[in-house]
Parts: sequence; structure tokens; C-alpha cells
Amino acid sequence: MEGLMPINYYIFLALALFCIGVVGVLTRRNAIIIFMCIELMLNAVNLLLVAFSKMHHLNVLQTNPATNVGTDAQLFVFFIMVVSAAEVSVGLAIIVMMYRNTHSIDINFLNRLKH
Amino acid sequence: MLALLLILIPLITGVVAFFIKNEKSVKTWALVASLATLVVSIWSLIHQDNYHSVYSKEWLPDLGSSFSLGLDGMGRMLTLLTAIAFPVIFVATNKSTYKDSNQFYGLMLLSLTGLMGVFLATDLLLFYFFWELALVPAYFLCSKWGGERRIPVTFKFFVYTFLGSLIMLIGILYLYFINPDKSFSLSSIYKIQLTDRAQDILFWMFFPAFAIKMPIFPFHTWQPDTYEQSPTATTMVLSGIMVKMGLFAVIRWLLPVFPKTAHQYDNIIIGFSVVGMIYASCIAMVQDDLKRLVAYSSIAHIGLMCATLFAGNSTGTQGVMIQMFNHGINIIGLWVVVELIERQFGTRKMSELGGIAQKAPVLAMLLVIVALANVALPLTNAFVGEFLMFSGLYHFNVWYAVIAGISIILAAIYTLNMIQKVFYGNTNRVTENGVDINWNEKLILSVVVILIFSMGIYPKPMIELTQASVDSLVGVFK
Amino acid sequence: MNNVLNYIWLVPLLPLVGFLINGLGRNFLSKTLVSIIGCGVLLISFAVSVYIFMSVKSGNHEVVKLFDFISAGTLSIPFEFQVDALSSLFLLIITGVGFLIHLYSTAYMHEESNAHFARYFAYLNLFIFSMLLLVLGGNYVIMFIGWEGVGLCSYLLIGYWFKNTDYNNAARKAFIMNRIGDLGFLLAVFWMIQQFGSTSFGEVFSKANGISVAVLTGITLLLFVGATGKSAQIPLYTWLPDAMAGPTPVSALIHAATMVTAGIYMIARSNVLYTLAPVSQSVVAIVGLATAILAATIAIKQNDIKKVLAYSTVSQLGYMFLGLGVGAYTGAVFHVMTHAFFKALLFLGAGSVIHAMHHEQDIRNMGGLKKKLPVTHLTFLLGCIAIAGIPPFSGFFSKDEILAAAYEASPVYWIIGVAGAMMTAFYMFRLYASTFLGTFRGTEKQEHHLHESPAAMTIPLIVLAVLAVMGGLVGIPKVFAENAHSLEHFLSPIFAQSEELVKKEHALDHTKEIGLMAASVILALIAIVYAVNRFSKKPELQEAEGLGKVLANKWYVDELYDAIIGKPLKAISTFFNNVIEKSGIDGFVNGIGVGVQYASRQLRLLQSGQVGSYILLMVLGTIILMIVQLFVS
Repeated sequence: MEGLMPINYYIFLALALFCIGVVGVLTRRNAIIIFMCIELMLNAVNLLLVAFSKMHHLNVLQTNPATNVGTDAQLFVFFIMVVSAAEVSVGLAIIVMMYRNTHSIDINFLNRLKH
Repeated sequence: MLALLLILIPLITGVVAFFIKNEKSVKTWALVASLATLVVSIWSLIHQDNYHSVYSKEWLPDLGSSFSLGLDGMGRMLTLLTAIAFPVIFVATNKSTYKDSNQFYGLMLLSLTGLMGVFLATDLLLFYFFWELALVPAYFLCSKWGGERRIPVTFKFFVYTFLGSLIMLIGILYLYFINPDKSFSLSSIYKIQLTDRAQDILFWMFFPAFAIKMPIFPFHTWQPDTYEQSPTATTMVLSGIMVKMGLFAVIRWLLPVFPKTAHQYDNIIIGFSVVGMIYASCIAMVQDDLKRLVAYSSIAHIGLMCATLFAGNSTGTQGVMIQMFNHGINIIGLWVVVELIERQFGTRKMSELGGIAQKAPVLAMLLVIVALANVALPLTNAFVGEFLMFSGLYHFNVWYAVIAGISIILAAIYTLNMIQKVFYGNTNRVTENGVDINWNEKLILSVVVILIFSMGIYPKPMIELTQASVDSLVGVFK
Repeated sequence: MNNVLNYIWLVPLLPLVGFLINGLGRNFLSKTLVSIIGCGVLLISFAVSVYIFMSVKSGNHEVVKLFDFISAGTLSIPFEFQVDALSSLFLLIITGVGFLIHLYSTAYMHEESNAHFARYFAYLNLFIFSMLLLVLGGNYVIMFIGWEGVGLCSYLLIGYWFKNTDYNNAARKAFIMNRIGDLGFLLAVFWMIQQFGSTSFGEVFSKANGISVAVLTGITLLLFVGATGKSAQIPLYTWLPDAMAGPTPVSALIHAATMVTAGIYMIARSNVLYTLAPVSQSVVAIVGLATAILAATIAIKQNDIKKVLAYSTVSQLGYMFLGLGVGAYTGAVFHVMTHAFFKALLFLGAGSVIHAMHHEQDIRNMGGLKKKLPVTHLTFLLGCIAIAGIPPFSGFFSKDEILAAAYEASPVYWIIGVAGAMMTAFYMFRLYASTFLGTFRGTEKQEHHLHESPAAMTIPLIVLAVLAVMGGLVGIPKVFAENAHSLEHFLSPIFAQSEELVKKEHALDHTKEIGLMAASVILALIAIVYAVNRFSKKPELQEAEGLGKVLANKWYVDELYDAIIGKPLKAISTFFNNVIEKSGIDGFVNGIGVGVQYASRQLRLLQSGQVGSYILLMVLGTIILMIVQLFVS
């Protein structure tokens, strides 16, 4: 246990990444950068999931060496990665189409949702 | 079984009607369907035993709701009225052409289904189901085949009545949850012992729905517009029968379940109804459009019925019972005349008409009879009803009867005005080429006139038919 | 079933059958056939009535129940006929005078087209049916059916020439005025139902003694409101003069002889209730007297031959109510009878004049008709003498009986009554002199056309003239001969209960009574002589001025009613329609809709379409949720 990094480090890192992502989404206008920031947030969550999962698993292992309790969260991470990959492919395609039509990927310019 | 037939015939024929593309055949089909309903309805007057009048089948057993129908005296009377009204409407509007007539007649028959269901249902949830089923076709009928302002008017009509219905639905669910039997059936609801507070809340959740439907002052403003804009066939359904749904529901579901609150607020409701009578009569006096005039006149008449219901004595309630039937007959007669005038002369404005009596003496004569029935002249059907109602109202409180009585005078004023402006005087550019009505229109109006006189001279059978309903209602109310 | 009274239903049924045949067959039947049916049913009705009258005279009377009309809860109203002295007497008047007027109409209405001719007779028959229902009804509800029915027929017949807007207005006015009265009648009936649990005459009258005077006063006053409408008394009298728009025989039948006496019949029928409510009696007497005087003053200045007769009718009806009010029930019924004779005669005579003059009704354009219309002239003169109250014509006896009773009640009543009688004599002879004496003042064309009316018109005139002269002999007062008042004897069972309640303490002594009679006759004679002298040579041609103008304009009562009722009602209705309905209630309802739409429009601004702002809001929302989570749980 001693050789392991304390969980706090992971949490702070994930929090920092998440906040960077949020701030990026809120402040940047370029759609691709916003996309990247979204990825950043997703990955911050992934990191936390893996970290908590490992911590939980190790805790349970001490009482029951044969268990695999707590590893499910790592499955979620794969799900999230798959979904985000799919999302990126669709999202990028949309951005490309938008650029073709409007010659811009500035989201402030794309306000047709209000109609 | 007959109860089920009364719903099934219009339902099935209505669905079939959607697929009959030929206008002529769909008209005939609708007429035959409505006549079949009439036959069943008359049959149910002859066979008043249990087998024929009651039907019950599981519907939503988990909820404690069943598909149960029942015919009592009042139900028989109102289904008869409905069944008489539809053939009359179909024949009277036979000459009018409608775009997509298959949809028109299909919707009319569906609305007939809904009306029958409302009068037959002995399960509160089923009642609500039919209540809405009657409303929805009416909405489509008005919004598709109505006059110029049909879209905003029908929107208002729908939202207004639907709002009332939804509040009632919440009330129905509330009632269900406090019902220890967890059932919607009429008999179990009649047995619930409600606390005063629950009665108060529930009464005011149910009453607006019915008050809007009747409608009574000041919930009435959707009505003149809707009557004016709807195609006349729909107006006849709305005013002849659908307004009776409100009264019927008060008698069947409101007064017996919440007698205490009804008694507590009787003065307020009667007061509003009576004021509404005078108010509507006054407005009727200054109308130029025939449809609006009849609409306001109807508000005045319904006001009297509502007031008398809440007076809660047997004389008055008996009057309301038979007046529901009579008012339906009379107002449909009036609409038939309006329809005939509008179709022939292309206008409903009294200021543009005149002198029709010279050109169409038979129409004039029949109108005078129907109009005089509308002002409750003795030996016409409405006199019996109004006499009993006024007598009941007088018994409750003299002053209400006196104030309501003023509307008798006002009714004479606007009705005679109407007769004079439309039928008497000299012909003008619009009416100089008028012709009298043809035989099937004469036939239809004669049916109305015969009903007017037979109910007016010998009302005993109708009174006996509804006697039991009156007795049970008055018994509960005391 | 051998009892003849059980066939009473035949009497009203026959006119109803006539109405149905003439009404439904109006496009097929010839005028002759219509006349035969119209008059025939009435003649048979009259024959049955005579038969029934004889039976009643020999002591029969009965309540004939036909079927249950309305029975709801404890309330039961049978369709029943009351056959007794009072109703059988009215049966005779209605069917008898009615038949004569039907006969007269066959000639008078001959110019009408077939269909309209049939329509006229159908209405007339329907009227007779309703009137018979009114007098035969065995309870107040059946009476009310007839009561409204005659109002309807009056409406239809006044507006018979429906192309003319003025006539239609007059018809409508009549119906509405009657309806106002009818509301009073109805309320009285409801009150009765509440108090007595029944509206049958027998039951009501037998229970009346146990009811408080206040209640009886209320009921009787409400009934009297009904009577003021139907019998044209203050304040609802203004429809009757306008009702002269109808064909003249209609005026004779409905607006003189029968329908307008319905109020008198009703009060005479309810005499027990009125006797028990002295306040109501005084009201009846005072209103009757006031109407008698008011109408007489107006009649003095009218120039339309029918209008004079109309106001005279209103005035005579006032006398009848005076009689009822002072308890002279027999006198009032007697006057109804004699009035039916001489007023129908006068109207038919006027009709004959109008017929001869080609629908000219203004007496300023008449004069000197005496030679051209000898039969009409003679019968009209007899009628005038009868109404003026000159013995031994019928009007004298009946009017005197009422005035004598009025004197007993209060000498003031008598003085005013005699003043009215004097005016009656004056305006009737003004009318007579202007029409028949002097020289002809119409156009040459009219003069050329002048002719005596055909036999179908003169025969009723002659019959009625005989009745107007002799009719008074059934009621010769005690002063002249003991037990000669056969009418009083005949009607005594009807008024027996009232008589018992007011034991007459002192009858007028005979010398005094003769003195009063002589005074009234002399005053009437003076008025007659003055009127004939004044108007036979030099009729009033110029417009009246001063008080005369006020009288000629009927005291401006119509204008007053219009100003205090008609116009405000119209204004308030317009106000309701334009302001309260459109802006008030509907405005509120629509306002809710508008409000929802407005709120939605404002909220919609949040949907800027800027993805950034959406995300910002989302983040803020998340943060708020977290804070809430922290603090709440």
C-alpha cells in the first residue's frame, strides 16, 4: 500500500483537468477546441473512475483474495471511451459539414437553435 | 345489452364512415346508423329490465375500473334525446356539402358515441373517457369545417373545456385514492364517506368542468363564438346535447357525491345562474346574428336549469329533468330554422333579412311555433318544464324566482324581435327570391313540432320516466 | 255519463278543430269553405253552450277532470274544467258574440287572398279555443294556459297584416305588456302552490280562510298585476290602443268583448281571495277608477275612430275593476256582459264605416254618413246611448249597479265615477256626431264609393243592437222591482262565500239610490246634448293646443315608458354586450391566454441559441444543485 500514490493526488488531478475542460468549454468559441475540452472532462472522469476502482478493489482484496469486486468501474471507462470516440467521429463530421456550409466553426455564429 | 349497442353502433359505423369516400353514400350511411341508434333507444324504453339496461365487463381491473354501462330513467331520456337529435340533424343538413365528407360524418358518429357513453357510463373513469371522447370530435368538426374565425375560436373552446376536464381528472384520481374500495364504480363512489374538507376540495374540482360545459355565467364566453363559427350540424350537437352533459353530470356525479358542499354553496351558484339569465337575455336582445341570439338564449335557459338543480327540491328537479329533453328539442328546432335561412339567403344577420313569411309561409309558421316553445308558451313542452322549475325555485327562495322571472319577459322581447325582423315586414334584395322549404325539411320540423306539442299537452309519460331519478337525487340531497 | 256537463270538452274542442282544418288546409280551401268551417264550429259550440247554460241554470255544476296534466312530487295539476254559473255565462258571451263577429268577418275580410283569409279564421278560432280554456279552466294553471293563449292570438291577429312594421310593433308591444302581467300571475300561482299545495279553485277557496291576510294580499295583488296586463289597466294599458292595428272585427272580439275582460273574470272567479284581502280590493278599486278617468280624458281628444273606442274600452274596464274593488262582483260581471254587447256593436259599426270609407279611420274626414249608412247609423246610435248609460238601455243598469256599490264604499268613488261617465257620454257623442251628422268631409272618390255594408255585416249589427238595448233587463235593480235581478240570482252560488264574509249592514235606501241614478243620467244627458250641438255642425279640425294637446298625445305615457324603461334597457344591454361581455369577461378569459403567451415570449429569450450560454447555465445549475445538496441534506 505504501508504494501507491495517495488517492487525493488523483482526485486533484482529475478536478484540475475537469475544471480546465469546463473553463475551456465556457470561454472558447472554436468548436474544435470546445470538443477537445469536452474530451478533457470525459477523461478527467475516466481517471477518477479508474482510481476509485483500484482503491476499492485493493481494499476488498485484503479480506477476500479471490474477489473481483470494484473492478466494474473500469468497464465503465471503456464504455465511456467507446461512446466518446463515436461522439467525436459524429461531432467532427458535423463540424466539417458546418465549416463547408458556413466557412466558420465559431459557435457564437451558430445560434440557429433559438429559432 | 341494449346499453352496449347504443355505444357500439355509432362507434363501428363511425369508423366505417371514414372509409366511405362517396359523399352521397356516406350521408346515407350516417343517417341509417343514427336511425339504428334511435331504434335501439326506443327499444330500451320498452324493455326496461335488467338484462337489457345493464352491461359490465372488466376493463382495467388493476385500477378497479370496469367497462360498466347502465340505463336509468334519466339515461333513457337523454339517450333518446341524443338518438332523436342525430337523424334530425343529418336530414336537416342534408343539403349542405362538406369537404372530406367521410371524415365529417365519421367524426359526427364518434361524437355520438361519446355522448351516449357519457349518459350510460356507471364508472367514473369510463365516464371521463367518454366525456373527452365527445369533446375531441367536436373540436375537429369545428376547426375543420367552421366559419372564418374557426381556428382561434375552436382553440379557445378546446382549451377552455379541456382545462375544466383536466381539473376534474385530478379530482377523479383524488376521489379514487381516498375511496377505500379503490374502485371507480358509481355505487362504490356513492358510498364513500367524505370529510367536509375533502368534499369542499373535490366539489370545486368537479364543478368547473360541468359549469364550463353547461355553460353558466361567467364561464360562458366560449359558447357564442363556438356556436357562431361551427358548422350548424355541430352547433346542434353542441347546444342540443353536449350542454346537457354538464347538467347530467351534475345530477349523476356531483350532487349525490358532494351533497353537503352543494348545499353550502347553493346560494352562490344559484345567484350566479340567475344573474347570468338576466345578463344573457339582455345581451340576446342586442344581437344581430341569429346564431349568437340563440346561443345567448340558450345560456339563459341553462342558467335556470342549473339554478333549479341546486335549489334541490323535487318539483324543480323534475322540471329540470324534462326540460333537459325539451330544451334539446326546441333548440335543435331553432337551429334547423337558422340553417335553412342561412343556406337559402346566405346570411344570418337579422338586419339583412325580412319578409320571409311572404315567401316561405310554412317555414315562418314552424319557426313561430318553435320560437314560442322557446319562450315557454303554455301547451308547448317548455312550459311544463319551466313551470315546474320556477315553482321549485320559488319554493327555495322567492326573490330568485322573481329575478329569474324577468328573463321570461326579456325572452319574449328578443324572440318576438327576431320573428319580426326575419319573417315579417317587407321583403328586400336578399329575400325577394325566397322559396318555401321542401318536403323533407317540412318533415323534420314537423317532427320537432309534434314533439313540442305532445310533451306540452301530455307530459305525464316523460315525468314518470324520470320520476325515480328525481326521487333518488332529492333523497340524497336532503 | 248522462250528465250533459260531461260533454263540456266539446265546446273548446270544436274551435280547435276549426283552427286545425283552416290552418292546415289554408292553401286548398276556398273562402266559402273556410267561412263555413270557421263560423260553423262556433255555431255548434254556441248551441252546446246554450244547452250547458240551461243545465247549469237548473242547478247543475261540476268540475270535469279530463286527464293529469302535470304531476310531480306532491304537486298535481289535472286538466280540469269548472262548469258553473260564471263560466257558463262567459261561454255564452264568448261563443255567441264570437259567432256574430266570425259571421261579420266573412264579409269584412273578403278582400284578402285565400290563404290569408284561412289564416285569419284559423287565428280567430284558436283565439276562441284559448278564451274558452281560460274561462273553463278548473284551476289557475289551466286558466293560465288560456290566459297566455289569448295573448298569443291577440299578438298574431294584431300583426295580421305583417308587412306593416307599425302593426308588428303594436303586436309585439301587446305581447310583451301582457307577458309582464303574466309574470305576476305566475308568481301568484307559485305562491298559491306553496300555501295551498294546489291550484284548483275548489281547494284554494275552501282553504283561503285559514291563510294570513298578508299572504292573501300578496297573492291577490300579484294576480291583479296579471289582470292589469290582460285587461289594460294602469300601468300596463298602453298596448290596447295600439292593438287597434288589427282588423276591426278582431278589435271587437278580442280587444273589447272577450279577451280584455279576462282580468275581470279572473278576479270575479277569485272573489273569495279578494274579499279576504281588503287592501287588494282597495287597490283594485283605485286603479280601476284611475284608469277609467285617465282613459276617458284621452278619448276626448282622439281623432281615430278606433282609438276613441279603444280608450273607451280601457275606461269601461276601469269601471268593471271599480265594481270588483268595491265588492259588486255581480255588477262587474253584468257590465262585462252588457259591455260585450254594446262595445262589440260599436266596433263592428266602426268597422262598417271604415269598410265603407275604404280604410279611412280619421273622423275629421267623415261626417254626414247618416243617410248613406242607415243601418250602421241606427245601430251605432243605439250603442252610443247604451254606453252613455241612458235608461232603459243595457249600459245604464250595469253601470248604475257599479256606481251604487261605489257610493256605498265611498261617495268620492261615486263622484269620480260619475264624472267619468259624463266624459264617456261626451266623447261617444262627439264621435257619433262627427261621424254621422253634419256634412261629408272626405274626398269625392270616397263619397262616390259610400255604401251600406252587406247583410253578413249588418245582421250581426242588428242582433248586437237588440242585445245592447235589451241586455240590461236581466239585471233590474231592487229599486224598481223586487227579485227582478235574475243575473244576481243566477250567479249567487259563485259569490255566496264572499257574501257570507261581508254581511251587508245597510243597503242604500231607495230614494237615495234613485236620486243618484237621476243625477248621473241627467249629467250624461247634458254631456250628450252639448257634444251633439258642438260637433255636428263644426267638428274639430285644427290641432289641439295646451291641455288638449297633452290629451291628444295620451298624456305622453308612451314616451315616458320609453324613457324610463325602453331606452335604459337598451342601453344596459348594449353596455353588457360591448363592455362587460367583450372587454370584461371575455377579456379576462382571453387575458389569461394572452398572459401565458406573453410569459412564454419572455422566457423564450433565454433560448438565445448560443451554445456557450446554455453550457454556462448548465454549469450554474449544477453548482446550485450541489449547494442545495450540501445545505439541505
